[in-house]
Amino acid sequence: MSFLVLEHVRKEFGGNAAVEDFNLSVEAGEFVSFLGPSGCGKTTTLRMIAGFEQPTSGGIRLNGADITYARPNQRNVGMVFQSYALFPNMTVAQNVGFGLKLKKVDKSAVRSKVEELLGLIHMDDKGQNYPHELSGGQQQRVALARALAISPQVLLLDEPLSALDAKIRDELRNEIKRIQRQLSITTIYVTHDQEEAMALSDRVVVMSKGVMEQVGPPFQIYNFPETAFVASFVGKLNRIDGNVVDSGLGTVRSGVVSLRTTSEFQAPSGAAVTLMVRPEELELGESEENQVQGVVESINFLGAIVRVRLDTPTGQLTADLFNERLLKLPEVGDTVTMSFPAHACWVMPAGAS
Amino acid sequence: MTVTAPPVVLEAPSAHPDSEIKAGQGSKIFAWLIIVAGILYFFTPLVATGERAFRAIGGVFSFEAFRRILTDPGFVDTFGASVINAVLTIVVSLLVIVPTAYWVTLKVPKLRSVIEFITLLPFVIPAVVLVFGLIRMYSRPPLAILSSRESTRVVLICAYAALSFPYMYRSVDNGLRSINVRTLTEAAQSLGASWPTILWRVIFPNLRVALLSGALLTFAIVIGELTVALYLGQQTFGPYMANLVRNFVAEPAALTILSFGLTWGAMGLISYLTRRKPGRRRLRRQAVGAR
Repeated sequence: MSFLVLEHVRKEFGGNAAVEDFNLSVEAGEFVSFLGPSGCGKTTTLRMIAGFEQPTSGGIRLNGADITYARPNQRNVGMVFQSYALFPNMTVAQNVGFGLKLKKVDKSAVRSKVEELLGLIHMDDKGQNYPHELSGGQQQRVALARALAISPQVLLLDEPLSALDAKIRDELRNEIKRIQRQLSITTIYVTHDQEEAMALSDRVVVMSKGVMEQVGPPFQIYNFPETAFVASFVGKLNRIDGNVVDSGLGTVRSGVVSLRTTSEFQAPSGAAVTLMVRPEELELGESEENQVQGVVESINFLGAIVRVRLDTPTGQLTADLFNERLLKLPEVGDTVTMSFPAHACWVMPAGAS
Repeated sequence: MTVTAPPVVLEAPSAHPDSEIKAGQGSKIFAWLIIVAGILYFFTPLVATGERAFRAIGGVFSFEAFRRILTDPGFVDTFGASVINAVLTIVVSLLVIVPTAYWVTLKVPKLRSVIEFITLLPFVIPAVVLVFGLIRMYSRPPLAILSSRESTRVVLICAYAALSFPYMYRSVDNGLRSINVRTLTEAAQSLGASWPTILWRVIFPNLRVALLSGALLTFAIVIGELTVALYLGQQTFGPYMANLVRNFVAEPAALTILSFGLTWGAMGLISYLTRRKPGRRRLRRQAVGAR
């Protein structure tokens, strides 16, 4: 049986459902992210696992025990907050040792555990500092150590990197992953940042409007989105509106352009559909598979990639080209041909958002 | 390679600089005038009072008035009683206000304005109305507790606690607004803390400054309070002072100087503690060591 199980969890606030029929089984040691825009119910779900909110219906089991209505202080769940939430009146060492002290662990054991954890977060020399003397990144490391000190059954992180600047965010992200692997602690991570979710997780739960849209490993979520929401929320996407020619052959006509996909779909001939393809699948130049001609509208140099926007008869298309020294770029206003393989695109019903 | 930035050209203000300077000087002189007027307004009575207090006998400078006050058994008894009343009032007020304000902030923030209004009632209801209400309520059965001096003192302290609510609630509420109550509470909960532990170990210490300023204000009110104490027949410092003013000249002046000193000391303590943060002292020590 799975370590953490959420069954048909539903949460209402004043009659409005914030989370609906949430079902998830998390294995011990697994790293799962809840990904979605704000208001999608990801934080509410996390707070139900922590015990700060109670489900309107459904159940939550942790390591075999029903914790649906257990108080937060009886769950042994570690929580890291976006705003760090370190106790301002306590030193770093006192913050980290707080949970153990409450458990009446003897002083020397608390001290050695605190030292061990400060070593783990590379802050051995900061034990006697107060939170206001630390940078945001350091405070969040301490918050992580504090949550880990009680040897929680599950570690919950609520957008822990959102308040930090880009460089620190990157560093701390790697740090979180390293520590999670090292301790093989079951972790639930809430974020609206898809890159964070992709980089960290074994599995990602994409949520929208209180509903789970898709659950799966990052590779699958990105490359094989099951709903239009997942496709457009995770990564960038080109949408080409058209009509089915033959669903058996995978052919679609968009204006004068004929396109083909190898991914399967069922639709009668003439049905309106949207063909979807990621910008990085598009290439400059002709090929024997799908190709579209258009006028270069803009070229943005982003470092590792160059983003080319094309105005075509089927609508606007964006191509992300990998930068290299020998890359030959067109000029704005040039007419060029872009192509993409049939396996790179898929079809969804027209108007799916 | 060095890169030199182009020199920055600062343009002179286009308005007439002379007239601006004159206007600036004018407003400066005006500001000083206000300050001097303020100082005269506040300090003239104080200096006059000091004059009375320090020249009690034949216009010669002496501490005689202070000596008489401080050695008067009436002063010692009533002041002592008022200090004890003040401390007990602070305790009662804290026990009522802190959990209430905390709970309102955490669970029912919508009720904040209601609670604020309730705590402001002592400003609207005169103390004399309060005390007559208390006398009516508690001097006849079934709640005839004003019969003994001890139980009357309990009523007095509860009345004082109510009088302190506007100050105490405001201080505590400000303190709660300055910390992230909800997240700190949840962090403590997830680490296994119970409600009393959270209040005692997390909320109280972080409200230290707010509680202290609330407590000191309460202290100041209770020490000099006259109306309630008088009508409840309590021998406290307020009635003692009133009696003194009626019958002596130099002693009340000395008493005024003493209570000014006490109030200023309290204010100084509040501002000192407000500026202090945990760890400051240690940092300063380190800096001195490094030097």
